[in-house]
Amino acid sequence: MLSPDFVILTAVGYVGLLFLLAYVSDARAKRGNAGFLSSPAIYTLSISVYCTSWTFYGAVGTAARNGLEFMAIYMGPTLVFVGWWFLLRKLIRIAHSQHITSIADFLSSRFGKSSRLAVLITLIAVVSITPYIALQLKAITTSIQTVSVAKGDGTGHLAMLDEVTLALAVAIGMAVFTILFGTRNVDAREHHPGVVAAIAFEAVVKLLALVAVGMFVIFGVSDGISDIYARAVEAGVRIHEREPFGSRWVAVLFLSACAVICLPRQFQITVVENSNEDHLRTAAWAFPSYMLVMCLFTMPIALYGLSTMPSGSNPDMFVLTLPMVTGHDALALFAFIGGFSSATSMIIVASIALSIMVSNHIVVPLALRAVPLGEETGERDIARLLLRSRRISIAGMLLLGFLYFWLTQDSDALAPIGLISFGGVAQFLPAMLAALYWRRATMNGALAGISVGFVVWAWTLFLPSFASVSPSMAELVANGPWGISALRPEGLFGMKGMDPLVHSVFWSLLANISTLLCVSVATSQNALERIQASLFVDVFRRSASLRPRIIRGSASTSELFFVAERVLGWQRAGALFDSAGVPHRQGNASQGVSANFIARLERELAGSIGSASAHILLTKAVAGDSTSLEEMMQMADETQQAIEYSHALELKSQELHSTAQQLKEANGLLQDLHRQKDDFLSQVSHELRTPMTSIRSFAEILREPEDLTSAQRVRFIGTIHNESVRLTRLLDEILDLSALEHGERNWENVPVDAEEILEQAIAVCEALAKKRLVLIENGARAGDCLVLADTGRLSQVFINIIANAISHNDSENPVVHISSRVTLDEYIVEISDNGPGIPPQYHNKIFEKFVRADPDTMRDSQGLGLGLNISHKIVGKLNGRLELTRGALPGVCFRITLPVWREAEPTLTALEGVQVNT
Amino acid sequence: MTDILIVEDEQAILESLEFILTRCGWSVGVARDGEAALEAAFRFRPRMILLDIMLPKRGGLDVLKTLRSNATFASTSVVMLTARGQQYDRQAAMHLKADGFITKPYANGDVVDAVRRILDNQPRPVAHA
Repeated sequence: MLSPDFVILTAVGYVGLLFLLAYVSDARAKRGNAGFLSSPAIYTLSISVYCTSWTFYGAVGTAARNGLEFMAIYMGPTLVFVGWWFLLRKLIRIAHSQHITSIADFLSSRFGKSSRLAVLITLIAVVSITPYIALQLKAITTSIQTVSVAKGDGTGHLAMLDEVTLALAVAIGMAVFTILFGTRNVDAREHHPGVVAAIAFEAVVKLLALVAVGMFVIFGVSDGISDIYARAVEAGVRIHEREPFGSRWVAVLFLSACAVICLPRQFQITVVENSNEDHLRTAAWAFPSYMLVMCLFTMPIALYGLSTMPSGSNPDMFVLTLPMVTGHDALALFAFIGGFSSATSMIIVASIALSIMVSNHIVVPLALRAVPLGEETGERDIARLLLRSRRISIAGMLLLGFLYFWLTQDSDALAPIGLISFGGVAQFLPAMLAALYWRRATMNGALAGISVGFVVWAWTLFLPSFASVSPSMAELVANGPWGISALRPEGLFGMKGMDPLVHSVFWSLLANISTLLCVSVATSQNALERIQASLFVDVFRRSASLRPRIIRGSASTSELFFVAERVLGWQRAGALFDSAGVPHRQGNASQGVSANFIARLERELAGSIGSASAHILLTKAVAGDSTSLEEMMQMADETQQAIEYSHALELKSQELHSTAQQLKEANGLLQDLHRQKDDFLSQVSHELRTPMTSIRSFAEILREPEDLTSAQRVRFIGTIHNESVRLTRLLDEILDLSALEHGERNWENVPVDAEEILEQAIAVCEALAKKRLVLIENGARAGDCLVLADTGRLSQVFINIIANAISHNDSENPVVHISSRVTLDEYIVEISDNGPGIPPQYHNKIFEKFVRADPDTMRDSQGLGLGLNISHKIVGKLNGRLELTRGALPGVCFRITLPVWREAEPTLTALEGVQVNT
Repeated sequence: MTDILIVEDEQAILESLEFILTRCGWSVGVARDGEAALEAAFRFRPRMILLDIMLPKRGGLDVLKTLRSNATFASTSVVMLTARGQQYDRQAAMHLKADGFITKPYANGDVVDAVRRILDNQPRPVAHA
């Protein structure tokens, strides 16, 4: 036998344990030592706050009354977590990036930071969740009565309390407990590691308790599941009277799927308290598994209870009464603690979530409106205000829950109450989906859709739950207002025979969705809405680090920062605010700003958008004219766009300028090349015309040979012949030059004896030297030396230089001196003469085309000025050098330097070197 | 008094010009570079000069300019010879008041005609007795 005192003391002790757990966890988290607390397991367990006392006790009751309907309550969330985890991931990503604090904050932020929407959602959430809290109060009250008072021995102080007083006591206890739990943090951020830890612990307790009772029923008092079924058949239990998978089942499935996304407490735990997006991967399979274990034992317990308990006993309490009737008080107490865990965890999280919404979206804006912005409002005051408003909100929520309980105490089952709440929060779903995936959805659309859906829900589902309050209410529900049956809450427009739940879900969501669509299409978004829509819908397309963090709330700092951010960009604005010590990153850190700072901000803004615009913008922002703020946002956006555009233009024009510069340079280069080509052609033309002139002239003279002496004829014909040879050589040289410049196929570099080639070249030039009476003088010679070269080409160079030296030498005793030597790795030939030399001004030019050191000395050489150019090119291709230097004789000295080829040297490398140069 | 001074650095051309002009009965002097040309002009006082543009030591245009700045050669006709045939040379020569411009290679008859036209139109200088 359990006395009420003992039961209540146990419950209080349990709460104390939870409090201790939360305290220790908070302390660890504050030290940055979260460890296990921020693990996916804790996250998953905390999500199971979804399983309240309604599922703990009520599932058995539902199974007993409606068969497999209870399964839908589990299957909806399972579908969401398994099939729609990407939706949850997007929710979490957005919430993290936007510092979202609640579902109201989420929707309001998405739809242009609309405060009207936030207030509407907060109010709807409060109204919708009230029955749910009442449900928990009812479950706790009934369970206390069941385990203690119901035994009827009347011992203990609390035994005389009636149901309502007990419920009030429980509500007050819960309020105190939740306030202690959820609002200990002066720092008003939305993470509550302690609460989450306690919730996770409670999740384990309730699971163990239910499993213990289930095992007890299956194996303790029965002989396995088949025994239970056999007994149920024997007792004539019929739980499948209703069609299990009909429209009601689908409606419940749908509502529970909505609920696990839209319930404020689920949003709080799944999205706001989430510390790591990856935890969702674990939760996606672990949370459905948890629910599977929870529902495994529901059917056996219900069947066993129906077949063994006396008729008229409350199936919602089978989990408690089955152990009790067999005298297992300890198990009953454990089951009670399990149910108590379910109820308290829901009350704690739901009231914390709602209190955050109420204080952030209703109390703080009102308070800020009451305090003029110009005055200094300390952060501490705001924090204190927040805490106070949260505490009052929590108390208010529990009071509302109690009132609902009190008004509807005659209704017996737990489950219908929960479904009423589900129906209410389901009105958020269309707007949520639109927020995530439909960029065109407008604030007005969301506001209208949710409002209409809520009104229909309130009329068709919420109102009828008060049917038992008064006869007039019952009359209204039964026949409609003023007897208009088309407006009958449970049969709109003459619909009959429909399950009230299905009826309500159908009409409310039809109205909600169609209104959302129509109004969104009919209305347009303002600037802020467009920005927010793209931040939400495209959250995965944007790099998190670059995305501006837009501050929520209606505090002046956030507005100023928002203005600054739009104009200056996030980084500059952030730096500005930081340097002035004005907080801007923390969502709720709202405080007034000094006039100095505003002046400074205005200067900064004026730098970007002009002083007039900056002044208007800031005057309005400081005056707190929040409706026109959005228009100003648009103005600032447009100005910013114009600035960006002009900046882009400037960049383009710079680009064009530099392109033009490059073109100019390229053009200059082309013109140079063109001029060089013209010069070359002009030179070639001149060189061709000169011999042709004498050829033609003498040919004409010879046409009348009778006037000529035979000696003249011979001489003129000789001249024609010589000039023709000269012409041919000129053409050869031009072709040779062209071949060298464009690369040559039959150029073959092989190791050759340079001395031998030099020797042959000298021999070739001997005849010319003899004719010119030039003495070829051999200086010191290198002996044999191998170089890598094309024999013909190297020979050409030697002959050209020697012949030049011979031809250009007009001294009285002309001498050409030839010497060669080998240094460490170079073969050097020097060819000098005692001729007139080359004037210094020509030293830099002699290797160019058609340059003659002094045309006067070229008289009989028949050279064209291409020879040195060709030689220079050839030596270059042999990786050598052809230079003008001082030599053994006073005249010109040319030095040819070639790299020595050695056996050990890999030929391939040398060949490659040559190829690179060709 | 020489009729024609030929200034040309190419031996073969000089020889051929000398031959055809002498054959026509004119007296001819020769020079092989720009400086020699001026020297010869003072020495021979030719009635006209056939002046190549591309010359060693001193270019043909430079020689022409010097002649034109000297009153001694006010009545001396100058016909330029060039193998480059560029428009620039022709314009420069005309600007310096050359009396003709012959591009190499030429027909012998053209040179003879040009010389004859000039010499026939010139008043025969009074022979210094």
